[in-house]
Amino acid sequence: MIQFLQKLGAKTLNRVAAVGRAGQLLSQSLIAKPAPMMMLPLLIRQLYFIGVLSLVIIIVSGLFIGMVLGLQGYTILVDYGSEQAVGQMVALSLVRELAPVVTALLFAGRAGSAVTAEIGLMKATEQLACYEMIGVDPMRRIIAPRLWAGFISMPLLSMIFAIVGIWGGSLVAVDWLGIFSGSFWANMQASVSFSEDVLNGVIKSLVFGFVVIWIAVFQGNDCVPTSEGISQATTRTVVYSSLAILGLDFLLTAMMFGDF
Amino acid sequence: MRIRALEISVGALILAGMLALVALAINVSGLNLSQKGGGYTVYARFDNIGGLTERAKVSMSGVQIGQVSAIRIDRKRLMAEVEMQIFDDVDYLSIDSSAQILTAGLLGEKYIGITPGFEDDLLENGMTIEDTQSALVLEEIVGKFLFNKVSE
Amino acid sequence: MAQLNDTHIEVSNLSFWRGERKIFDDLSLTIPRGKITAIMGPSGTGKTTLLKLIGGQLTPDQGSIRVDGDNVHALSRRRLFELRAKMGMLFQSGALFTDMTVAENVAFPLRVHTDLPESVVRDLVLMKLNAVGLRGASELKPAELSGGMARRAALARAIALDPDFLMYDEPFAGQDPIAMGVLINLISRLNRALGHTSVIVSHDIQETLSIADYVYLISDGKVLAQGAPDQLNGSEDPRVEQFMKGRPDGPVPFHFPAPSFKDQLFGDSQ
Repeated sequence: MIQFLQKLGAKTLNRVAAVGRAGQLLSQSLIAKPAPMMMLPLLIRQLYFIGVLSLVIIIVSGLFIGMVLGLQGYTILVDYGSEQAVGQMVALSLVRELAPVVTALLFAGRAGSAVTAEIGLMKATEQLACYEMIGVDPMRRIIAPRLWAGFISMPLLSMIFAIVGIWGGSLVAVDWLGIFSGSFWANMQASVSFSEDVLNGVIKSLVFGFVVIWIAVFQGNDCVPTSEGISQATTRTVVYSSLAILGLDFLLTAMMFGDF
Repeated sequence: MRIRALEISVGALILAGMLALVALAINVSGLNLSQKGGGYTVYARFDNIGGLTERAKVSMSGVQIGQVSAIRIDRKRLMAEVEMQIFDDVDYLSIDSSAQILTAGLLGEKYIGITPGFEDDLLENGMTIEDTQSALVLEEIVGKFLFNKVSE
Repeated sequence: MAQLNDTHIEVSNLSFWRGERKIFDDLSLTIPRGKITAIMGPSGTGKTTLLKLIGGQLTPDQGSIRVDGDNVHALSRRRLFELRAKMGMLFQSGALFTDMTVAENVAFPLRVHTDLPESVVRDLVLMKLNAVGLRGASELKPAELSGGMARRAALARAIALDPDFLMYDEPFAGQDPIAMGVLINLISRLNRALGHTSVIVSHDIQETLSIADYVYLISDGKVLAQGAPDQLNGSEDPRVEQFMKGRPDGPVPFHFPAPSFKDQLFGDSQ
């Protein structure tokens, strides 16, 4: 029993220390003096790897999720004779929930794991140490551009996801199931509010993007520099970011749409 | 050349994201910048607005001619007062037009339907539509129906 | 110690723990300027850790390291980076930046620390690459190089800024005989041509001894023996002899510390 408690205590302390190191990493990489002229090409490169390369999976998933929403919404709403409301259902669920959450989950799997593996491998092959020996701070050179790229790409991807999804929903509802397109769009426009729904969705995706990329860089930088350590770190990135996304989503939703 | 392709693709991503935001704003949430401040204001008082919301449509014969800009209680009469922005090009509503709160479908959104009248004088900015008909509230209809049944 | 009058690096009373394990215990050594000094010892004695301590990437628990009289760990971050510009380090894995070509790798320290025009950088890079025989490979990616070539490219990068002081971390580990010969040749030639101080950390005895001017043998966090290569070869100390001759068992035991084999085999059945 005592042993168990000891182990538990040690584990908890390790976790707390890891959170501390993650905070340190963040402050070192972001508060460090920016060198914009050197930073911009690095940032563009990372935007490409983190953002552009995630685009295909985001568009394909967005399209299918929108189409499924359109189909499911229709079969439920047609029983109440209000199938015109399918547009509003598709748009609201995408803009408020699915676009930020599903994009963030896909983003963690696609970009987060790649960032962790890349930084972990750089650590294992002593590239990070080498930057330091050359006199370049790896926090600024390696970590900071990835953090910024993740933070910038996530809302962009999330909005693209929402738009593609709504288009997919209209494809099913209007073109296939024959709902009058005027009432599809009008119902949607009447119920979706820009400041409440769209902007809150953007805020969610900013928060998720920040958390996912933070976890990803931290796990990469903090991993044990062996092949086993890197694979564990990659797994941890996906698991921790997914849990963080879903938990934060509940919190943010309660704050934004709850009546308190 | 390789670097340029990279820059272009990143630029395209950012533009696509921005475009998506604009599309979300205009097509999905119906935010219309050209209507802001445009149009003239007309008021109408209702006994019960039954779930009408701000930014609901104002339409005539099914065609949108404006939107609800504010809803409040008229403290003197203790009735709901609805403020509507009617588009500027709609310059043919006579002062005896009537306003009615309608529902699109059984569970659809509430909107205001305007039926034009026959007077020559036209509604102008700040005027009030006198002839109104409140929303049909399902509970009241059911209540009346039951009451009539009992009294029969 | 008479020949060590011009000291470049002085490690005094250094102690360093990694977790519960003591890596260095009151270690003191001096590295003479312009010579090749070898630091040797069995694996796991923290030779690489010593290089990281000298480079200021790790901080000692006790004692100090002075480079040109400056205490490395008391410098401000900016001064430390300035000092590092005068140090070169060849990492065990080469540590070439995988997202750049060989030429960009070599140019990187030049671009960071100097404002030289692009054409000068290009010429310097070609000179350094020529020195290690890789001028023809300048546009290749590190992944396209063999292990020996990668290490030579990394060496070209390490000497890009003409450092006063070059550290080699296991330069011969995992190399085939030809690559090894090339590297030995390069290290001693560069040292003589450029006149910098070299520190080689290695456990490849014969190769290292063939070029070193002075050797430290480290074991259990302490200096076990020191001297010119001939002195160590002729040493009577059984532990030194075991290491120099590469005998599998001796004062440095073959077995990892363990309870008696008999006890472990039969302990459970009792």
